[in-house]
Amino acid sequence: MTTIDRPAPPPARTHKRDRRWVGQSVRRVEDPKFLRGRGGYLADLVTPGMLHAAVLRSPHPHARIVSIDTAAAAALDGVHAVITGAQAAELTDPLPDFGPDPANHVWRCLAVDTVRYVGEGVAVVVADSRYLAEDALELIQVEYESLPPIVDPQAALEPGAPLVHEPLGTNCAYERSFDFGDVERDFAEADLVVRDRLRWHRSGGQPLETVGAIADFDHGSGQLTVHTNSLSFTSYLFMAAASLRIPANRLDVRQVPAGGSFGSKLFVTKPLVLAGMCSRMVGRPVVFLEDRVDNIANCDHHGSDRVYDVELAVMRDGTLRGLAIDVIDDYGAYIQFGVGHHGNALAQVVGPYTIGSVRYRVRAALTNKNQQGAYRGFGSEVNNWMLEQMVDKAARELGMDPVEIRRRNFIRDFPYFIPTGNVYDSGDYDAVLDQTLRLGRYDHWRTEQKRLREQEGRYIGIGLITCAERSVFSATEFWFWFDEPGAPVTSMPESVTLTVDATGGITATLYSCAFWGNSPETMVAQLVAEEFDCDPHDVSVAYQGSRNGLPATGPGGSRTTVMLAGAVEGATAKIKAKARRAAAHLLEADPDDLEWADGGYQVRGVPDRRKSLGDIAIALHLFKHGFPEDIESGLEESKVFDHPYTTMPSADRKDLGVFYPFVGHACHIPVVEVDIESGAVRFLAYAAVHDCGTLVNPRSLAGHILGGVAQGIGTALYEEYVYDDDGQLLSSSYMDYLIPSAMEVPELAIGHVETPSPYTPHGIKGGGEGGRMMAPAAVNAAVNDALAPLGVRLTELPMTPERIRAALRTPR
Amino acid sequence: MAEKHTITLTVNGRRHIAEVEPRMLLVDLLRDELSLKEVHIGCEHGVCGTCTVLRDGASIRSCITFAVQADGAEIRTVESLADGPTLHPLQDEFWAKQGLQCGYCTPGMLMRACEILAHNPDPTSAQVREGIASNLCRCTGYQYIVEAVLAAAARMRTGQNATHDVEVRS
Repeated sequence: MTTIDRPAPPPARTHKRDRRWVGQSVRRVEDPKFLRGRGGYLADLVTPGMLHAAVLRSPHPHARIVSIDTAAAAALDGVHAVITGAQAAELTDPLPDFGPDPANHVWRCLAVDTVRYVGEGVAVVVADSRYLAEDALELIQVEYESLPPIVDPQAALEPGAPLVHEPLGTNCAYERSFDFGDVERDFAEADLVVRDRLRWHRSGGQPLETVGAIADFDHGSGQLTVHTNSLSFTSYLFMAAASLRIPANRLDVRQVPAGGSFGSKLFVTKPLVLAGMCSRMVGRPVVFLEDRVDNIANCDHHGSDRVYDVELAVMRDGTLRGLAIDVIDDYGAYIQFGVGHHGNALAQVVGPYTIGSVRYRVRAALTNKNQQGAYRGFGSEVNNWMLEQMVDKAARELGMDPVEIRRRNFIRDFPYFIPTGNVYDSGDYDAVLDQTLRLGRYDHWRTEQKRLREQEGRYIGIGLITCAERSVFSATEFWFWFDEPGAPVTSMPESVTLTVDATGGITATLYSCAFWGNSPETMVAQLVAEEFDCDPHDVSVAYQGSRNGLPATGPGGSRTTVMLAGAVEGATAKIKAKARRAAAHLLEADPDDLEWADGGYQVRGVPDRRKSLGDIAIALHLFKHGFPEDIESGLEESKVFDHPYTTMPSADRKDLGVFYPFVGHACHIPVVEVDIESGAVRFLAYAAVHDCGTLVNPRSLAGHILGGVAQGIGTALYEEYVYDDDGQLLSSSYMDYLIPSAMEVPELAIGHVETPSPYTPHGIKGGGEGGRMMAPAAVNAAVNDALAPLGVRLTELPMTPERIRAALRTPR
Repeated sequence: MAEKHTITLTVNGRRHIAEVEPRMLLVDLLRDELSLKEVHIGCEHGVCGTCTVLRDGASIRSCITFAVQADGAEIRTVESLADGPTLHPLQDEFWAKQGLQCGYCTPGMLMRACEILAHNPDPTSAQVREGIASNLCRCTGYQYIVEAVLAAAARMRTGQNATHDVEVRS
C-alpha cells in the first residue's frame, strides 16, 4: 500500500439536534459515596486476617546482588514468607514487555541478580501486618557489589558506556528514522531553518492513592481472584496470568475505584503479580499496596524524559514547510511500552499546522532509572511543547506576531491527513483562537505588558499556544515501529451490557474503564438517559470482572467516552429493536408503525396507544408465552464496539495509517510575571478554550482541563524526578517532588467550542488529557515572552527558579 | 514488641478505648482498628493533607500523628458531616460544583474546609485558596473546590439546611 491508496473514511454521521441529557452538567452519579469517604478504594477492602506484603528496595542505582540472607527476617514472629528475586524467578515468568528485543532486557517482578535503579525490588516479605512486614525488611541482609551507573541519556548512547542490560550489548533499546513527505525539498526550498535544542525532564502522574492489588489464590480450585486499582483490568489479564503461569480463565481481575491515575495506573502488572505470587505461596489473601516511596521510585510509570534537536523549515511569509526532529528519550532501566510514546506524538506531530513533511528520528536510551510508563499525554504533550517552542522561535526570527504565524498555517479542510498518515477528523481552529483571544483579553494584556515594563520595570509574559489533542487510539502506535506487524490493525473494543429489569429500570454493565476520577458511570448514565428518556441518576452502573467479561480495552488516549458511547448506542439499538417488536405485539400494531417517544413506544400519531419501557419489560420478563416463539424472556443486550476508524500502515512505513482520528484542539493564553531577581513565576491570568467535539458533561470536561492544567503547571515549573549524577533519586517524597497547591494554580477562564466529529456517536471526541497536553507549552511560552526583552529563552522544563536564574545569567 | 499503651479517645462522638503500640499511627488506628476507612493515606510524609482529621477542632495530619497523641482527644472525620441521608452543605456543594474527581483527597479537604469556615464563616476566594493550600488535590486544579467552599459558606451563614442527597438531581 502506498500513501495514495488510503481507504475511504467511514460514512459521516448525522447527529441528533435536540439532546436532553448529553450536554448537561449534571451532578456526577459516582459522587455521593466519595463525599462520605466510602468510595471503597483498594485499601478499604483490606480486612483483618489478610496478610501484608512489603518490598525491599535497592538503595543502589546499579549493582550486582552478591548474596541475600533472609533467615532473620523469616524467623520473625508474624512473618509468613520471604521471597527473593531469584526465588520469584522460579515462581513467575517475566512481566509483559512490549519493547523491542524483550529477551535481552528481561523485566521481572523482583530483580534477580542485578539491580538497575534505586528503588527496584529485591525481595518481598509477607507478614501479619504492614508494620511487621517492614520490620522484617530491615532484617534482610543484602550484599551488593556496586556497578558504575549510567544516568545521562546522551552519555548512555556513547560507546563504552556502562551497560544497563549486558545481553543487549548497547543502551540504545531502539532507533529508527522515518521520513514523511518530501523533507529534503522542503528544507532546500526554505527561506529560513529555525534550530533549537530542547530538554524535557521527567515527571509523573503521582495520584494521591498509590497502586496495589489484593490477591486471593484458592488452591482448591486453582482460581486467583485479584482486586486491583489498575484500570485496564480486562485487557492485560492474559499477560498477567502468563507471568503467574496460570490459565487466563483461572484469573479474575476485579475493578475497584482508583484514587487518581493520570496514566500511572493504566496498566500495572507488577503489584498484581507480586501479590498473586505471595498469595499462592502462603495460601492466604495478601495485599500489596505501594507506599509513597514505592510509587515514586518503583512505579514503572515515570513520564517522558527527552532531549530534542529540532529544525523547522519556514518561508519568509511565515509558512511552515518541514519539521525535522531528532529525539533521545531516556526510558530508564526497562522499556515496557516500547517507544509507543513517540507513536503517539506522530499522531499529531505537526500540530494544527499544514506542515508538509516530517523527519522523525528517535533513539530510546536505557539508563539506571525507574522506567517510563504512561502520564497524561503519553508523549504527545511533549511534542506539543516542542512544536510550539519552535513556532514561537520562528515567529521571533521572522519578526511575526505569534497569532499571525499560527493563523497563516492552520489546517482548515477536514478530514485532513497529516504527513504521517493519521487523519484529523474535524476542527475549527480559528474559532478556538478567536474565543481565547477574547476570553484571555489578549489585547488588554499586551497593553498592560508594555505599560508595566515601561513604567514599573516588571516582566510580564503572555503565552499563546494552539495545539492538537488526539483522542481514541488504536494500538498501531505501538507496533508500526517494526516492519513485521504480524497482525492486522488492532480493534481495541469496549463493551457495554444494558439490562432492563421487570420495572423498566436500567443497569449498564461495564467491562473495563474503572473509575479513576473521570466519570465513566456518569457518562454512561447520561448516554443511556439520552437514549431512553430517563433521569441519569436512575441508571444503575455495574462492573464485571475480567474472567467472564466481554472484550474490553480500558482507558488511555482519551478513548473512554467515545468508546463507551459507541457501545451504549449499539446495545440501545438492540434493546429498542426487541422492545419495539414486543410493544407492537402488545399493541396489536405493526412494528413499523411505532415510534419511540418519551420513554416508550407508541403508535405514530396516536400517543395514547403506547407502552412504556416498564410495560414492555414486565411483559418480557414474566409473560413470555404471550409473545411469538422466537422472542426470548428478558430484556438484556450487549454491544462490543470496535474502534470506528483505524487503518493499516503502509508496508514501507511512509504512511502510518489512521490510528488516532478524533482530533480536538485547544488554545491557551496564560499571563505570567517573572521575578527576574528570584526566578519565581506567578500567574496573573489564564484562559483556555478547548474543542473536544460534542460535550457530554461540560463541567466534568472543564474539571479535567483545570486538573490537567494544574499538572501541566507542575511539569512546567515544579515537578521533576531528580536523579543525581550517581543515579541517586533525590526527590523521593512530596517534600522534594513538588505538586502544585491551590496557591500555585491560578483561576482559569475556560471556554468550549464544539465541532462534532463526523465519525463518533453524538460527535464526541476525547478530552481527558487536554489540560496537560497544553499547559507546559503555554507556560513556557509565557515565560519566554516575559524574558524576551532580556534576550532570554527557557528551553528546559521544569523552569525552576534556578534554571530561570541560570538562563538570565547567560542570555542566548 | 514494644509495650502497648491504653488510650481513650472520642471519634465522631463515640468513645473508644484502644490498646496501641507506641509506634502506631493515628491513621492506622482509625482505619484498621476502628474501621474508619474514610481517612485516606496519601504521601505518608505529612505533606499532602489527604489524611486530615480534626483533633479538638484543629486539623492534623493523621499519617504523622501517633495514636497515643490522640489520647483524651476528640477526633472528627468526614463521617461526622452527613446526617444519615442528608449531606452537609460542604459535601452537597462539592457535589454540585464537581469539587471532586477521584474523591481520594476529598475527606481531608472537607475537614480542612470545615476548619476554615469555623474560623471564618465568610471568607474571600483568596482566603479559601490560601486555606486549602495545606491539602493537595491532583485532579481538580482546586477551582471547583474553592467555588464549593464559598457556596457552602453562604448556605451555612444563612442557616440553609443541608439537602437530602437522593432528592437532589441535576
